[in-house]
Amino acid sequence: MKTTSIMIVGVGGQGTLLASKLLGNVLIGQGYDVKLSEVHGMSQRGGSVVTYVRYGDAVYSPIVDEGEADYILSFELLESARWISYLKEGGVLLTNTQKTWPMPVITGAAAYPEDIVEKLSAMADVRAVDALSLAEQAGSPKAVNVVLIGVLSRLMKDIPEEAWTRAIEETVPAKFLELNRKAFALGREGKQ
Amino acid sequence: MKKLLLGNQAVARGLYEAGCRFVSSYPGTPSTEITEFAAGYDEVYAEWAPNEKVAVESAVGASLAGARSFCAMKHVGFNVAADPMFTASYNGVNGGMVVCVADDPGMHSSQNEQDSRHYAIAAKLPMLEPSDSRECRDFVKAAYEISEAFDTPALLRTCTRVAHSQCLVELHDREEHALKPYEKNPRKNVAAPANAVLRHAEVEKRLDALREYAETTGLNRVEMGDTQIGFVTSGTCYLYVKEAFPTASVLKIGLVNPLPVRLIRDFREKVDRLIVVEELDGVIERHLRMNGIAVDGGKDLFGCQGELSQNKLRRALGVALPDTRRFDEAVPGRPPVMCPGCPHRGLFTVLSKLKLTVLGDIGCYTLGSGAPLNAVDSVLCMGASIGMAHGFTKILGAEAAQRSVAVIGDSTFMHSGITGVVNLAYNKSIATVLVLDNSITGMTGHQQNPTTGLTLQNEPTCAIRIEDVCRAAGIERVRVVDPQDMAATEAAIREEIAADAPSVIIVRRPCMLLKYVKAKPPLRIDPDKCKGCRSCMKVGCPAIRFTDKKASVDPTLCVGCGLCEQMCKFGAFEGGEGK
Repeated sequence: MKTTSIMIVGVGGQGTLLASKLLGNVLIGQGYDVKLSEVHGMSQRGGSVVTYVRYGDAVYSPIVDEGEADYILSFELLESARWISYLKEGGVLLTNTQKTWPMPVITGAAAYPEDIVEKLSAMADVRAVDALSLAEQAGSPKAVNVVLIGVLSRLMKDIPEEAWTRAIEETVPAKFLELNRKAFALGREGKQ
Repeated sequence: MKKLLLGNQAVARGLYEAGCRFVSSYPGTPSTEITEFAAGYDEVYAEWAPNEKVAVESAVGASLAGARSFCAMKHVGFNVAADPMFTASYNGVNGGMVVCVADDPGMHSSQNEQDSRHYAIAAKLPMLEPSDSRECRDFVKAAYEISEAFDTPALLRTCTRVAHSQCLVELHDREEHALKPYEKNPRKNVAAPANAVLRHAEVEKRLDALREYAETTGLNRVEMGDTQIGFVTSGTCYLYVKEAFPTASVLKIGLVNPLPVRLIRDFREKVDRLIVVEELDGVIERHLRMNGIAVDGGKDLFGCQGELSQNKLRRALGVALPDTRRFDEAVPGRPPVMCPGCPHRGLFTVLSKLKLTVLGDIGCYTLGSGAPLNAVDSVLCMGASIGMAHGFTKILGAEAAQRSVAVIGDSTFMHSGITGVVNLAYNKSIATVLVLDNSITGMTGHQQNPTTGLTLQNEPTCAIRIEDVCRAAGIERVRVVDPQDMAATEAAIREEIAADAPSVIIVRRPCMLLKYVKAKPPLRIDPDKCKGCRSCMKVGCPAIRFTDKKASVDPTLCVGCGLCEQMCKFGAFEGGEGK
């Protein structure tokens, strides 16, 4: 099987690392060769963060390059605009509609672009979802990551639902399990 | 059993499996997790040292005592450790000794992009370079074999992509290695000139033997495929080559110092074009050229800055790139910032207001250099703030001393700030030092240090008091302030910079991200009271926005620290402390 490439992008502190860990566990469970790559350190302090997840029969590079991503799972709209060039022809961008202003926008040195979803939709297959509302509906705004994993799960048709729910049980601490099950279900039901 | 392991986790696994007994390190991205994971194995003693030099000296001691020992550090940490390393190369080992040095091409979290392979060459030490997590584990074990067989410390070079990528690794059992008996041997272990002259001859013999080993070791591997292009490569670059040119011939170098000659020459003869792919400097390429092996492409194609990738290889060699599309408006950058509630923010707001010259240092507080605070004038290396403040004020005199401060964190102070303070007292400085004590090593992801009263394993130990250290070093003016109280912080700084003596202000408040620090409810702004003066924006908090001529607070980010409230002259903030 050819290597499939997924990027998880967002803002430091949004829980992208848990999302990639979960995804990695799902894919290993399916018997794939899997590589994950992330950058720790400075990027945790509210900076732009990106995690690469690649799987297939034999994966070489741990990173995804421009024009190579089958899926981009974006936690924040500006980050969707930043990373769209990494989407492959025919790939899907799945984006949260949440906006987190970066410091240059806060200080007034730069403007946050308008109508990002519309503009991106004109050039690619974009699925926009208000993951923050769904997470709040599930019980906590922190569950945005698992809501988005739920949305992604529906697109990755080869992987059965129980593989996702099993990975959630294995990855998430017991006291947050119910919340995350609910968040996953809400994302997977896909009220877009 | 196969497990998905982070490169750093796999290095730690390798330490466990190789029977390593002693690990001492100072945290540094991207090497930090090795030591944290190593601490998870009961069989391995692991600790945080105050700096890399002490870590290496401790590991040399453990090796002398007969144990397999280890240190991990980032590339610039090796600069600190270089002194013991260069002579440990002469003395050799008793138990095997391995040092991992993690480079950071692209400078994801570093102040420079130095290439550690130069150290291996200069210190005449063998260096292994893994490509992924499985090799991280395997190469640690191989490094111990080399260390003991050739009587030398061995280096393991990783980079950010290897350290922070994960792949599946088959786990093996631990091999116990009995302690090698310690025997007094001054000829070998006392690096005095008469002995060192003899040891240097041994080092050269050892290098010759290692050169021969490099020709045949399985660490270097030829994968023959199409012969139009042959790639010589190592580390993470090997993976980019395989991704972009899956059918090409590859000579994968696992032992990057010393490099083989005959092996490369044989490979060269089998391929039409030879391309060297390596990140940072052209170390392999230079070796080839020095040995008269024709190279058809290397640094001329890829340059010596930043990380490589599969597309960079494709572009350089004229292969079509995948189609792509771009968002055609400017996308504002998202630089890292101090977290909401960060104790450094109050201090930097004061420093920014006072417009002082700030000689900065390495840590989260380097972020005080960003807009809108723009409060840092210089950052050099660990501990440099204090030495630089001394030189700066010696040259520019009392007036400059009254307009400048050094800023250094608690862990950085323990790492290499103490000698700087000794120098201030000894050489009659009038500089002012602010030690930002947030009770943790922050930027690398919360490691304990000698000031926190806890060990790597979170066991209680003596907490070294910064104020006692400074007083003992001869500084008479030592005081403590809470940066949350900006008025008191400002008053203290004004007094100390005016003083005609060296002074230290300990700016003390724990990091907001520590578990025991509880967030307060988010603040709100009464839009009727907000006059749109933007005073609250001066603190540079990511939780405050300014739209339609009014400030507002993002409740998902705000932790209720109340700094913005201290800035507001109109009482527009609600729900803060004490309300």
